[in-house]
Amino acid sequence: MKSLKIICPNGHLGFAPLKRESFRLGVAEKPDYIAADSGSDDIGPVPLGSDTCASPKAWQRHDLEEMLLAARELDVPMLIGSAGDTGSNSRVDMYVEMIREIAAEHGLAPFRIGWFYSELDKELVRAKIRSGSEVTGLDARSPLSEAELDDTTRIVAMAGVHPYRALLEQGCDVIIGGRSSDSAIFAACALHHGFPEAQSYYLGKVLECASFCAEPYGAKETVLGEITQDWVEVTAMHPGQRCTIASVAGHAMYERSNPFHEYVAGGLLDMTDCRYEQVSEKTTRVTGMKFIPAEQLRVKLEGSGKVGERFVGMAGIRDPYTIAHVDEVIDWAKTQVRDRFGPDGWELHYNVFGRDGIMGAMEPLRDRPAHELMVVVQGVAPTREMAEEVAMTGTRQLFYARLPDVKGTAGGVSFVFDEVMQASPAHRWTVNHTMAVDEPLELFPLHTAEIGA
Amino acid sequence: MSVKKLSDLAKTIRSKNAGTDKITFDVIFREAEAYELVKRSGALTRETVAARLRIDPQRITDFVEYDPAFAIKFTILRDQPSGSAGDGDIFGAQQYAPFLDLEVDTAA
Repeated sequence: MKSLKIICPNGHLGFAPLKRESFRLGVAEKPDYIAADSGSDDIGPVPLGSDTCASPKAWQRHDLEEMLLAARELDVPMLIGSAGDTGSNSRVDMYVEMIREIAAEHGLAPFRIGWFYSELDKELVRAKIRSGSEVTGLDARSPLSEAELDDTTRIVAMAGVHPYRALLEQGCDVIIGGRSSDSAIFAACALHHGFPEAQSYYLGKVLECASFCAEPYGAKETVLGEITQDWVEVTAMHPGQRCTIASVAGHAMYERSNPFHEYVAGGLLDMTDCRYEQVSEKTTRVTGMKFIPAEQLRVKLEGSGKVGERFVGMAGIRDPYTIAHVDEVIDWAKTQVRDRFGPDGWELHYNVFGRDGIMGAMEPLRDRPAHELMVVVQGVAPTREMAEEVAMTGTRQLFYARLPDVKGTAGGVSFVFDEVMQASPAHRWTVNHTMAVDEPLELFPLHTAEIGA
Repeated sequence: MSVKKLSDLAKTIRSKNAGTDKITFDVIFREAEAYELVKRSGALTRETVAARLRIDPQRITDFVEYDPAFAIKFTILRDQPSGSAGDGDIFGAQQYAPFLDLEVDTAA
């Protein structure tokens, strides 16, 4: 095989539906693979901790249906990574089930599906720590402690190319992956056909966010990547978009701290010496990438722990005197909660929009609040009943705050709702670490089945 | 001295999560001239970024001048992981605003 083509229609499958026109143009190019990642840690720790999705099932099903019908029509493999936002076991099962349903609904000819899981038993991680093999913190975190592990509800391991390659070798037509490095999903296809690691991982890197590597800006449009032994080319499928040197080079920096280096399980993609060349109106060619294999195989772990049940309230402030003293108003409300529930065992969080609700302590203009404020109150506690009362007290007592010189003594804040609303339970990212493994498949159990047989 | 705002010189000024514990900022220019000018001016350095965001310079983990895209890119550690209760910007997507009116000395 001299070259291989992959299309990617969506940078986070399910988060918003793919755009059909450019997808069908991509399918018309007769790609060898159709692939997309469905996960992200951008969505915060709640979906992983509570084992839910951040996206409606209808949007996920929409994209899976478009991709499955196209892949079966072309008779090429379809790969999905990080099923259902988090790649937890239940999300993988859900996607496999959706594939079965779509296949039955359309009466598709028999095909082979493969899937793998990424969830980790906490006790396996504990055994690693106790054996002296440090679970190393990323991004300035300390090594993982058993206490932090105890506070963790669910952990997923980030798969590299290994489980995808193993399932491709078993002849799977559709692969549903647990949590995965997004670039690995695409790289696995290229490696399966013997293309070099550097070009293969770069292909994955440039395709993983679909049209984010094209301009003008427009998400959820399909892009096509082509790999040879020497180069990678990427082409925008949307009639109004192009992959330019600026858009492709610019995408290498997106959502990562360093534009030159991409770490995956098994090594490092080095883009420092990449060269970009506009080879046609919509296509940019990239050469000069390198891959440096890791000396030790380490797998990234993501973990989320439940902090407590959560309710949310809101209060507005218009009186300039009260705005100037909003911290005292908040302190009053916190004191009422403390009097009721004691000094700990609950949390109250206040975001003061109109002052520093978005940036907090980093806000340069926090001493110049707007003429009206919106205070968002979050109460967190072990039970729903208590969280509701903490949030209600923390919100309603803003109304009764005692400021010495306030003119308006009939109520200190405005309410859009005089109620508090149940929100998702509060969670925290407890694990952002790497763990050494001996064998790349040991954390990712593989399964296959025939569908429609 | 002749002064321009960064938002008048850059094509893109954005921020976004880089994993659960960091926020990364991209300042991208349309052409080499504006990019080189801002680099020369000293308007964007680890020190000016730390001052603008009122953070300890130790929290800046990366500061990169990325020639292939005419971009200056820097990354900071969050004070708590994204999406913890009280985080006002789970995606880190609105943290770039203080850089829009950063002053750049165009005579540099």
